[in-house]
Amino acid sequence: MSRLNEHPVIKKAISLILTYVIVQLLISTNIISAYLQVTLATICINIILAVSLNLITGITGQFSLGHAGFMSIGAYLCAMIVLRMPTIPGFLLGVFAGAITAALVGCVVGLPTLRLRGDYLAIATLGMAEIIRVIFLNLEITNGAAGLSGIPKFVNWFWLFVFTAGTVIVISNFINSSHGRACISVREDEIAADAMGINTTKYKVMAFTFGAFCAGIAGALYASSFYFIEPSLFGFMKSIDVLVIVVLGGLGSISGSVLAAVLLAVISTLLQSFPEIRMVLYALLLIIIMLFRPQGLMGSKEITFNVFGKLGDMFASRKRRV
Amino acid sequence: MFEIRDLEVHFGVIRALKGISLEVKDGEIVTLIGANGAGKTTTLRTASGLKKPTSGSVLFEGRDITGTTAMERVHLGISQVPEGRRVFSTMTVLENLELGAYHRKDRNGISMDLRKVYELFPILYDRRKQAAGTLSGGEQQMLAMGRALMSRPRLLLLDEPSMGLAPILVQEIFSIIKDINREGTTILLVEQNASMALQIANRAYVMETGSIVLSGTGSELMQSEEIKKAYLGG
Repeated sequence: MSRLNEHPVIKKAISLILTYVIVQLLISTNIISAYLQVTLATICINIILAVSLNLITGITGQFSLGHAGFMSIGAYLCAMIVLRMPTIPGFLLGVFAGAITAALVGCVVGLPTLRLRGDYLAIATLGMAEIIRVIFLNLEITNGAAGLSGIPKFVNWFWLFVFTAGTVIVISNFINSSHGRACISVREDEIAADAMGINTTKYKVMAFTFGAFCAGIAGALYASSFYFIEPSLFGFMKSIDVLVIVVLGGLGSISGSVLAAVLLAVISTLLQSFPEIRMVLYALLLIIIMLFRPQGLMGSKEITFNVFGKLGDMFASRKRRV
Repeated sequence: MFEIRDLEVHFGVIRALKGISLEVKDGEIVTLIGANGAGKTTTLRTASGLKKPTSGSVLFEGRDITGTTAMERVHLGISQVPEGRRVFSTMTVLENLELGAYHRKDRNGISMDLRKVYELFPILYDRRKQAAGTLSGGEQQMLAMGRALMSRPRLLLLDEPSMGLAPILVQEIFSIIKDINREGTTILLVEQNASMALQIANRAYVMETGSIVLSGTGSELMQSEEIKKAYLGG
């Protein structure tokens, strides 16, 4: 165990492969039924959305309400490509085309709007998401309000895992790099960051673009998981849903976002049995959690892979004692 | 090495600086004193590039740098310690210092400067793993100064380093400013605590409502009846 501790990369790889294999086994043995697989897809998509919004809002401190807009770009592009090329390469092309287009839009929108601060930026990004939605609502090629249906399903646990783990790993590495530190310094004190010679605009746009890229991936996965997309799916409330996950998990905590995405999906699935009061209970739970953990479940702390190491050490020492 | 010529700065329609000129020579400590709202901080922020002037020019080592951004000026060797310290409070002391050297690539030079900063401020070494927000006011001021020094500036701009500090700490901070200067960094110091500033400064400028009304060597101004009455308490 102690040798494993010295190789964090190996430890990470082992825990990731274990997660993948265990869930895959549960799916093949039908313990995770088709119904629960839908929840699983929702969890993964929400993790990608929340972690990427956390990069923008939690790490870089830019309050954005436009995540559903970027998600819809990914979803529509992927859907349109997969409908014409219903193959795995077509699906991958759709995911990346969607993500890159979302990133481009993010960059173009970010350059002027990121000069705004706080509430103003929130309103500007909210407006942007609405514009994107209205465009999809009125385009011929996206089939207007009726939306696109019969989208071939290529997303399975493998792809969900690849994209979710990929996003989380890339974003957490980014945060721990010097670029990530620069982003945090923008959140902490923009004037001081400026005075340190940090190009604050560059980092705000970088985080915004990168976040949009990941939201595009999440949208593409959504389109190819759920057969059907329409503009109303990507309204204001979708952006709020993502923000709720981020705030609940803790602004600035990536593992918090992951935890909150899982927790909220589980709560929401459990509440399916009480359809009449479901949303009331959901809201109540949110209020209670925020009352007792106003800083979010994780605050700004992270669960790292060290936890596994420590658990392992504890287990090993206990065994020795026995 | 550093010069400001006929600088005018506006905030909307308000004219905050009414055409001021000042000069800092290589190796000097120059201080800018004056009452609240005289325009001292605005002058410093224009010097560091955080504020754009309406007219006039800023020169550094013979080059006109009026149009450059704060970032470019850090590269050129001008570093500012902003008013009110403004440390990155959730980051550790060490991370704050590392961000000061953000634009530098020379790892050896950075670790050398880090050692120098720790020598200058031993308390920062003891606190290096602590979140900057948990430091006392004096320690935060030291951290802000150390952070600015990590960019290895030739000109250090200090904005109100004594603000909100106990008298004994003010003494300590000012003696460190002298040490920094002795090791070759030129300093432009903005201060409300005129007597302390004049004691360590080679030369001083006195500001009043957006203009420079008086200048001279530190000791000259300390003797001046006008200054004694207005700023030194009799």
